[in-house]
Amino acid sequence: MADTTTQPLKKTALHALHVEYGGKIVEFAGYDMPVQFPTGVKEEHLWTRSEAGLFDVSHMGPCFLTLNSGTRAEPAAHEEIAALVETLVPSDIKGLKPGQSRLTVLLNADGGILDDLIITRPYAEDRQGMLYIVVNGAMKEQDWGLFEAALAGQATLTRADDRVLFALQGPKAEKVLAAYFPECAGLKFMESRRMYLDGARCMVSRCGYTGEDGFEVLIPAEAGAEFVRLLLDDPCVRPIGLGARDSLRLEAGLCLYGHDLSPEISPVEADLSWVIQKRRREAGDFPGAERILRELKEGPARKRVGIRPLERAPAREGTEIYVDGVPAGIVTSGGFGPSLDAPVAMGYIDAAFAAAGTKIELMVRGKARPAAIASLPFIPARYKR
Amino acid sequence: MTIYFTKDHEWIRVEGDTGTVGITAYAAGQLGDVVYVELPETGAKFSKGDDFAVVESVKAASDVYAPVSGSVVEVNGALADAPETVNAAAEGDAWFVRVKLADRAELSGLMDQAAYEAFCEGL
Repeated sequence: MADTTTQPLKKTALHALHVEYGGKIVEFAGYDMPVQFPTGVKEEHLWTRSEAGLFDVSHMGPCFLTLNSGTRAEPAAHEEIAALVETLVPSDIKGLKPGQSRLTVLLNADGGILDDLIITRPYAEDRQGMLYIVVNGAMKEQDWGLFEAALAGQATLTRADDRVLFALQGPKAEKVLAAYFPECAGLKFMESRRMYLDGARCMVSRCGYTGEDGFEVLIPAEAGAEFVRLLLDDPCVRPIGLGARDSLRLEAGLCLYGHDLSPEISPVEADLSWVIQKRRREAGDFPGAERILRELKEGPARKRVGIRPLERAPAREGTEIYVDGVPAGIVTSGGFGPSLDAPVAMGYIDAAFAAAGTKIELMVRGKARPAAIASLPFIPARYKR
Repeated sequence: MTIYFTKDHEWIRVEGDTGTVGITAYAAGQLGDVVYVELPETGAKFSKGDDFAVVESVKAASDVYAPVSGSVVEVNGALADAPETVNAAAEGDAWFVRVKLADRAELSGLMDQAAYEAFCEGL
């Protein structure tokens, strides 16, 4: 029976390029997105680690929050907008330096994670009182609703998901991008600047989700489609699909919302305590603070860990973890790491068994298979610090 | 020697009452980079349509179904160390198992090469 309630899938401004480059298109977060290109996931993954991979992430949720009183050249304006957002997240947003980005999480009243996101304070002196935020594509309607409620008429949310947002990741990313944005070479990991490309205003951030050095660029749709076409003409650059995006982030030990993070899981359990800076811990002024502060003090009952299966069989999401024949946890992301040439996984396990090196068993197709807890990331990050 | 195909993209090459089974090049292309193949043990018995093996790509695991009923007389141990052979030679070196057919009459329900090619073109 046909499902008549299904919305037609949205397409990003780069859709025609995906098709032209032979992308295999699947549904993701309500969008038609390329899962892989003709060379395949493994080759795309390895290419990103050695050259430069271009990822369309326009399905995500970039937005700007701006004080209704307008931006101005006063640090107090930043504090004003940051205070509104700090009611939703446990990170120190007030303490961001101009041009600095920070990973954080939206929390529910129980301290569970509603989404993970990146918040950036503009660098330009005259743009204080504004924040640039990128949330997950599948969660953007929820997140934007939360922001709008928290802004309480004092600031306005402007969606920017009608633009192109792409990531250029890998050791050649700086060289390729600096030909168009010379300033980008001066950025360090988690720093952002407004830059111009033939008059088109862009937000260029040195960040990404592969463990490699690289950039994310927010650019108006039409200019973005032209620019991406130009970048793909560079022999160092290839388009990369969602399949390799997933294997790259898994090797890098990075969480995927809806899999490794959920409304039941706290940032302490998720091994993301580092997103809660000192000032916020001392103040305890964020949703779910009671649980989170208790877990910080006493340690969580379960913890997110890396897992290395010791045989060749990958352990997929949902695989049960046993220790000495007793259930002890579950795999939340699992597959094969092309750079390691071995299966890799992440999951949650009773804190007693979370130490790296602990021997565990994974129930794959009814058979217990040996594995070990591993420290994350599986491959060292190559961010430019 | 005759080769037959299933709608689930397995092939079986029959000589006498023995069949060699694998997945088709079309299936391997759809799966992408194969990183692991799980095979049954020699002696295992299957009915037509049973899942008897698993092939895993970077992204996902897929079941492989028995094209006919029978018992496994040999498995291709080389796939354990070189699963990528499935992408390189799906219908040759990357055979999965050899089976002793339980009922040759089941073969009549399978497709020949031409019918399978036409089937794939329609997908």
